[in-house]
Amino acid sequence: MSMSQAASTQKTAGKPDGAVVTIRGLHKRFGTLEVLKGVDLTIPEGKVTFLIGPSGGGKSTVLRCINFLEMPTAGEIVFAGEKLCFEENGRFRHAPESALRRARSHMPMVFQHFNLFAHRTVLENVTEGPVIVQGKPKAQAIEEGRAVLERVGLLDKCDAYPAQLSGGQKQRVAIARAVAMQPRIILFDEPTSALDPELVSGVLDTIKALAEEGRTMVVVSHEMGFARRLADQVHFVVDGVIAESGAPAKIFDSPENERLRGFIRSILH
Amino acid sequence: MVDYFLVLIPRFMPFLLEGAVVTLELSLISMVFAILIGLLVALGRIAGGRVLGGLLAAYVEVWRNVPLIVQLLVLYFSLPEIGITLPGFWAGVLGLSLNVGAYLSEVFRAAIISIESGQRDAGLSIGMSRATVYRRVILPQALRIAVPTIGGYFISLLKDSSLVSYIAVNELLRNGMIVISTTFRSMEIYLMVAIVYFVMSFIASRLVFRVERWLTPAYLRAGSKVQIQQSASKA
Repeated sequence: MSMSQAASTQKTAGKPDGAVVTIRGLHKRFGTLEVLKGVDLTIPEGKVTFLIGPSGGGKSTVLRCINFLEMPTAGEIVFAGEKLCFEENGRFRHAPESALRRARSHMPMVFQHFNLFAHRTVLENVTEGPVIVQGKPKAQAIEEGRAVLERVGLLDKCDAYPAQLSGGQKQRVAIARAVAMQPRIILFDEPTSALDPELVSGVLDTIKALAEEGRTMVVVSHEMGFARRLADQVHFVVDGVIAESGAPAKIFDSPENERLRGFIRSILH
Repeated sequence: MVDYFLVLIPRFMPFLLEGAVVTLELSLISMVFAILIGLLVALGRIAGGRVLGGLLAAYVEVWRNVPLIVQLLVLYFSLPEIGITLPGFWAGVLGLSLNVGAYLSEVFRAAIISIESGQRDAGLSIGMSRATVYRRVILPQALRIAVPTIGGYFISLLKDSSLVSYIAVNELLRNGMIVISTTFRSMEIYLMVAIVYFVMSFIASRLVFRVERWLTPAYLRAGSKVQIQQSASKA
């Protein structure tokens, strides 16, 4: 990704066109704990957006609010032109469950702990969504599922159960499961954090290949080298807000925010 | 005595076996209802609101803390006082189902809760509805966990169904008691009753073991560990 291209994403970020997701004033409260305190974020189409920041800063919560695994407590989320949640007369409202469900099927998530369906084979994990959620004919779903598995290099594991795979293989199956949904966006929640160090690169390569296809992705990650190479836009999330946004070069080489500077320093050591 | 026992067996065994058939019917029908009750109560307690959850919790507590024999006597002798008369067999089915159902609801609840929340997240994240997540992801895994315990409850139900003899159902034990009341051979007849219970129960426990094996999927079977290590070293 060239620098100028990366820098331009910040410009387009403000415009509604070219944005798959637009978030304004997002708040999330768990009981008395306010985890998100007003997040504004735009996810541009065909770009890779990274959310970085210290643990407990709220980056995973932002991700889980985008697909409504967590229900926000205030704010607005627009996905593909559809308002999924909003404020009306000062009250927080959200679209009906059926609309949220439909939206979710267009933005599957890859989890830190893989969360493969333990009782289903690798191929069944990948075909479950297309068949059950999208109503695709089984034969077609199997054919497409096998093609996706081949791309992540796991076609030979089709009939294995998740428990028979290594962590890296599990995560690649999870990525295949997301890709099989032919989604608008893929959400990655710390996809390599639970992996043994020697298995990380295989998963990162898979994600990189998806980025090169021009897929829209949002990645929460601690892999800073990876973020620098892959991201079009990096957002630093801390204390429930986005403290700084920009192209990776700006974020990593000339950070302005004091917390971001400290964070980058702590990672480099 | 042994001679006499051998004479009694062909004479009274057919009558006892008639009772044993009733025992089996009673147990199987009650078990089907108990599983349905247990599953619905477990789901209601997990997904239902505070009111429904509270009512269901109260049901479980009441039924677990009153002796089964007392529950059966209430159903058979007290309910007619308020105009509800049940035939002995169905009072027995109702009593056994509600009792075992209360216990099974806890078995199902524990099994459902034991499925990690990531499985639910994964289902929701590809656009499944909550009901579909239960049907396709959580219950298939939870039921497999619950099967051995459910089997155990079936075997104790088979034996506890003998309490239904107190409410005039002609099952195995009661038929034995009828024979004793005319022959006064309590020692031999009770022994025959015991043997029939043992055989039924023993066969049932073998069958439960078979079902367990059959339902245990490859991902839980012994040996998958070896494959995990192999595939891990390859990756």
